Amino acid sequence: MILIFAEVQNKTFKKQTLELVTYGSKVAKMLNTSCVVLVLGEAENAGQLGKYGANKVYQVVNDHLNTFDSQVYTQVIAKTAEQIDASVIVLAHSSTGKSILGRLAARFNAGSVAAVNTLPSIDGNSFEVQKTVFSSKAIATYSIKSEKKILSLSGNSIAPEILGNEVEVELLSIDVPAPKVRVKEVKKVAGIVPLPEAELVVSAGRGLKGPENWGIIEELAKELGATTACSRPVADTGWRPHHEHVGQTGVAIRPNLYIAVGISGAIQHLAGVNNSKTIVVINKDPEAPFFKAADYGVVGDLFDVVPKLTQAVKDFKSK
Amino acid sequence: MKILVCISQVPDTTAKISFKEGNTVFNTDGVQFIMNPYDEWYALVRALEIKESQGGSVTVINVGPAENETVIRKALAIGADDAIRVNAVSSSALFIAKQIAEVAKAAQYDIVFTGKETINFNRSEVGAMIAEYLDQPYISYATHLDLQGKTATIVREIEGGSETLEVDTPFVISAAKGLAEQRIPNMKGIMTAKKKTLKVVEPIAFDDISFPVRYELPPSKAGVKLLDADNMEELVRLLHEEAKAI
Ligand SMILES: Cc1cc2nc3c(=O)[nH]c(=O)nc-3n(C[C@H](O)[C@H](O)[C@H](O)COP(=O)(O)OP(=O)(O)OC[C@H]3O[C@@H](n4cnc5c(N)ncnc54)[C@H](O)[C@@H]3O)c2cc1C
Ligand SMILES: Nc1ncnc2c1ncn2[C@@H]1O[C@H](COP(=O)(O)O)[C@@H](O)[C@H]1O
Repeated sequence: MILIFAEVQNKTFKKQTLELVTYGSKVAKMLNTSCVVLVLGEAENAGQLGKYGANKVYQVVNDHLNTFDSQVYTQVIAKTAEQIDASVIVLAHSSTGKSILGRLAARFNAGSVAAVNTLPSIDGNSFEVQKTVFSSKAIATYSIKSEKKILSLSGNSIAPEILGNEVEVELLSIDVPAPKVRVKEVKKVAGIVPLPEAELVVSAGRGLKGPENWGIIEELAKELGATTACSRPVADTGWRPHHEHVGQTGVAIRPNLYIAVGISGAIQHLAGVNNSKTIVVINKDPEAPFFKAADYGVVGDLFDVVPKLTQAVKDFKSK
Repeated sequence: MKILVCISQVPDTTAKISFKEGNTVFNTDGVQFIMNPYDEWYALVRALEIKESQGGSVTVINVGPAENETVIRKALAIGADDAIRVNAVSSSALFIAKQIAEVAKAAQYDIVFTGKETINFNRSEVGAMIAEYLDQPYISYATHLDLQGKTATIVREIEGGSETLEVDTPFVISAAKGLAEQRIPNMKGIMTAKKKTLKVVEPIAFDDISFPVRYELPPSKAGVKLLDADNMEELVRLLHEEAKAI
C-alpha cells in the first residue's frame, strides 16, 4: 500500500495535496498496489481526493489534531501505516511535512528522501528518486534500500490529474496523545498564495531603489495573480518582510513563472529560484548574470518596463 | 541550560559544483568549505545568547572526518564551550541523526539545536530524526525563541505566515533566519578556541539505507530571448503561447 498524508488547511485541501494524491496513485500503479490517503482533522469533502487517484480515504478527527505537534501527527500516521502495511509513505515537503518526514524515518528505520521532484524509477528491488541538491546547483539520484520508503514531494513537481471518482471516507479510531506543543497563535497573510505554493511570482531587488517604489511590483503581481518575492538585501534593509526573501538562505521556490525585476542574479539568489519553469529578467544592465539563467529578458529601465508589462497583461486579460 | 548545537560542514555558497568518478562523487577540488550558514549564524548564536543570559553550557557536535575540525574550531572561536566530533563519513541523514542522538541521550541536553537545512543536501531531516530518537518535541524553522525557566516561546515559519507556540524543555529546534544575528569570531575567541576540548568519538554501527548514487548538473537553458521594452505585448504572448506560464 502507498500511504499519502493529506494536509488540511481551513478544512480544505491545498493544490499541493492534490499533487501528492496524484503522485501516490501513480506510484501505487507502478507497484501494483493501491493508494490510501490519510486526512487528519476536520475537512470538507475528503472523498473528493478519490478523483485525484485515492483508492481509499481514511480520516481521524480528534481535538488533539486541531493544532500541529509533530510527535502527535507522527504517531497517528505511523499507526495508520502499520495498520495498512504501507510500503511507501509520501508527505508534502511543507513546514508540516518537514517536521514529520525525519521522525517517521527514524521510527521505522526506513530510508527517506526529502524534497523529491520525480516519480521513482523502480526496477526489481531497486527504488530510485531524484531531488535537487547543492541548493539547486545539481540533481542527485537517491537509492532507497529499506522495505519501507518515506518521501516528501516538492511542490509543483507534478500536476494534479483527474484519475478516478469520489470515494467514501472511513473514520478511523486511533488513540491520539495530547500535544506537548501548545500553539498560541497562527498568523497568515490573507488572500495571497504563500510563496512556496505560488505558480506565478514577481520578485524585485535592489534595482528598485527603495520601498516607496514597490507599488509597481505589486500592480504587476496583482494583474497576474502572482505572489511577490524579493532578493536578500531588500529583506535585510527592511523594505520587505523576511518571508518574501528567496534564495539560498531564504525560501526556495519552483513556480511556473518567475519574473525578476532589478535583481542581478547572484549565485545565492539563483540557488532558490532556478528551478522555476520559466524565468523573465528585467534589468538595465545587459551584462547582469541573471540573463544567463533567463528564458526571456528585457534590457531596460525597470521604471519604464514594468508599467508597460502590467498594461500588456491587462490588455491580454481583457481580450 | 545545557545546550547541544549540531553543525555541519558544507561547500561555500559560491562554490562551483562538479562531480567525478562517473558523476558519483562530489568533486572537492578547489572547493572552500564553511559551517552551514543556518547552523553558524542562527542556531549557534542563539544558543550562546541563552547561555550568556541564563548560564549553562554550549557543546557543538559534528558527524564527519578530521578535516571538519577547522569548522569545529570556528564554532569554538565564536563561543561554544566544547566540541564533539563523531568520526564518520556519511551522507545519510538517518546515520548522522542516530550518531547525534546516541551522544545526546547519554548527556541529557535541555535543548538540541540544528539549522533548518544543510545547503548541500537540502533535506531538513536530521533535526526531526534526532527528536524522534530522543522522543522529544521538534520545532522546525524557528525565527524567535525566548525562555522563561523551562518554558520556551517559539515563533516558527509556516507557509505564508508564522505560528507562535509554547513548549517545555527538553526539545529539538531547527533554526531559520531571524533567530539571531551572525557573530564574527574575534582574536581572543580564536586564541581560546585552541585550548577548548574537542572530543573525538567513534560511531556506533549503523547501515546506510538511503543515499545518493549519482549526480548530474541541471539542464542548461537554451539561451535568453531578448525583447524590446516597447513590445511587452509580445512578451505576454510568448508567456502564454510558448511558455504556457500564464
Ligand atoms: C552566504 C550568502 C547567502 C546569500 N543568500 C542570498 C539569498 O538567499 N537570496 C539573495 O537574493 N541573495 C543572497 N545573498 C546575496 C547575494 O550574493 C547578492 O548580494 C544579492 O542577491 C543581490 O541582490 P540584488 O540583486 O537585489 O542587488 P544587486 O546585486 O545590487 O543588483 C541590483 C540589480 O538591479 C539592476 N538595476 C538597478 N537599477 C535598475 C533599473 N532602474 N532598472 C533595471 N534594473 C536596474 C542592476 O543592474 C543590478 O543588476 C547571499 C550572500 C551570501 C554571501
Ligand atoms: N554531519 C552532520 N553533523 C552534525 N550536524 C549535522 C550534520 N548534518 C546535518 N546536521 C544538522 O542537521 C541540520 C539539518 O540538516 P539536513 O537534514 O541535512 O538538511 C543541519 O543544519 C545541521 O544542524
